[in-house]
Amino acid sequence: MLQTVDANPADRTAAARDTLLAAYRFMLRARLLDDKFAALYRAGKIHGGVFLGRGQEALSAAIGVSLRKTDVFAPLIRDAAGRLAFGETVLDAVRTYLGSSLGPMRGRDGNVHRGRPAEGYLPMLSHLGAMVSVVNGVLFARRMKGLSGMVGVTCLGDGATSTGSFHEALNQAAVEKLPLVLVLGDNQYAYSTPTSRQFACDDLADKASGYGVEPHSVDGTDLAACLEIVGKAVARARAGHGPQLVVAKLLRLCGHGEHDDSNYVDPKLKNSPLGRDCLKFAEELLFREKILDAATLAAWRNQILHEIEDAVATAQREPAPDPFTEDWRALSSENLIETHVS
Amino acid sequence: MSITYLEAIREAQATALRDDPRVFIYGQDVGAFGGAFKATKNLAREFPGRVLDSPISEDAMIGLSVGAAIEGMRPIIEMQFADFSTVGFNQIVNQAGALFWRTNVPCPITVRLPFGGTSGSGPFHSQSLEAIYAHYPGLVVLTPATVEDAYSMLLAAVAIDDPVIFCEHKFLYYHLKAEKLPTEALPVGKARIAREGRDLTVVTYSAMVHEALEAATELSADGWEIEVVDLRSIKPLDTDTVMASVARTGRLLCVGEAWPWGGVTAEVIARVASEGFGLLDVPPQRLNAKDTPVPYHPNLWTAHRPTARAVAAAARKILRQ
Repeated sequence: MLQTVDANPADRTAAARDTLLAAYRFMLRARLLDDKFAALYRAGKIHGGVFLGRGQEALSAAIGVSLRKTDVFAPLIRDAAGRLAFGETVLDAVRTYLGSSLGPMRGRDGNVHRGRPAEGYLPMLSHLGAMVSVVNGVLFARRMKGLSGMVGVTCLGDGATSTGSFHEALNQAAVEKLPLVLVLGDNQYAYSTPTSRQFACDDLADKASGYGVEPHSVDGTDLAACLEIVGKAVARARAGHGPQLVVAKLLRLCGHGEHDDSNYVDPKLKNSPLGRDCLKFAEELLFREKILDAATLAAWRNQILHEIEDAVATAQREPAPDPFTEDWRALSSENLIETHVS
Repeated sequence: MSITYLEAIREAQATALRDDPRVFIYGQDVGAFGGAFKATKNLAREFPGRVLDSPISEDAMIGLSVGAAIEGMRPIIEMQFADFSTVGFNQIVNQAGALFWRTNVPCPITVRLPFGGTSGSGPFHSQSLEAIYAHYPGLVVLTPATVEDAYSMLLAAVAIDDPVIFCEHKFLYYHLKAEKLPTEALPVGKARIAREGRDLTVVTYSAMVHEALEAATELSADGWEIEVVDLRSIKPLDTDTVMASVARTGRLLCVGEAWPWGGVTAEVIARVASEGFGLLDVPPQRLNAKDTPVPYHPNLWTAHRPTARAVAAAARKILRQ
């Protein structure tokens, strides 16, 4: 059963309205940023792939706004909204996509493989499920150091649930009773593989009980529902109730990457409730409840577009990584660098 | 008093735990049980909350250690057998090995791999995997051959700000003994001349050092003086010491217990051939295990891995040239 939130405007507290609005703004920023990356990709301005979060912004933004600065976040490829909400700057994202040597990855890694581990913002590997146990490790270490009240969130898709890493790490988190929230965006396809070829259980949330983890299900196209359910899962983890598994059903409204026209997506799914655009749906809610008006939205849109254009212009002026000044050293210990390899 | 190679590893971990509050040990059965080989015997009792049993999840064990390292800890991960580290391979090579280069955040983890053949252990409890880890950037790979090195290099490993693959040889665990633990040691990355000689350089590491030394003793009866270089560290590899030895002897034999294809012996020969070709009087040779899984039965196992007799035979061939 998907949980949806059907509150009357009168039932929503001022704080809840603020959160909705803040989360929506991150969704909008993410969508516009993704649109820009797609345009830059089509213009041949980006090396390598571009991976968008269209259709997953509600879920991702809900994660980001549920976290505190001192929490840990290991996003996946469709989490532009969550990254921004967790505190990533548009400039960090743009610098990484454009390969600026001043970005957090300095041209050594690109696109969605970005983060600042020292700030609790972990950069993903391409190997799905591999970040879950790393989040466990940060939480484990913090507990050893006597720190408490922090949570770690990591995001995966339906495909990652088939990996051994997912299984090992979720079990590990449960054994250690770590404050981990694992958010599964069940977006119906892992690249082109439909869920029918990925798993055979009725609902991915059913997996939680097998690990001794608390399950949560949510309609991933509904921002208010995502805020409530993700917020609840984060609060449960923060309060010491151990790992939480949130399964959000939605549909990826783009290809796996921008190179992929996603012609394999079943049209019936696109026209089903799963195919609803979460950004539009949130916008309608905010208008209906008079939390946002068209003029403010237009002003925001303008402001965000400017912010993105500024970041792109800045990153494009910045130096690209230079193979001649690159130190080509994979170790931090200078005395242990091989000297006879060339 | 005497101390074994295995006890030295336990003592090094006790010292690391005592000296550095950031150190903890995580691995299968390492807690109250003290580890499959007892390398963590009594440590859980001496250091409560810092020596912890893990689920049988090599991938998640390494992942957790990387997360803890990001958070400033210095985890020691015990793989029950090196063979099982392949389950955690992705986390070792792609997560731990790439972290510093990608993010500038160091990854000080030590992964202990009880490795190498012992009689009766068979295909999945005998493997020597140093070469595949050395192949990946961002990892330090250590292979101590002596009790003293087992102790001092494990302590050094924990202090290194990068991921260290610590290959401890199970064959040496019990029968190799020293009088006392060392108070000083060669730095990591320096090879050691285990025996001086002028006729042939045998470059090797870990348990094969002892086979090579035995072969050298055997050959000395015939008047040959064999120099044995103990690499100690596979990565970084002390090419200078190897080259200097080959300059003295003009002959090179590389011995490794690992499989031959693309291994440490091939790497050493490649370096000597490209940088010191003129130092060689005869073609360099290598001796490795056979290119099959490690057999169970002692008759097969002793023929599969290089032994002192095999090293001596290979050395004679080179010396006759």
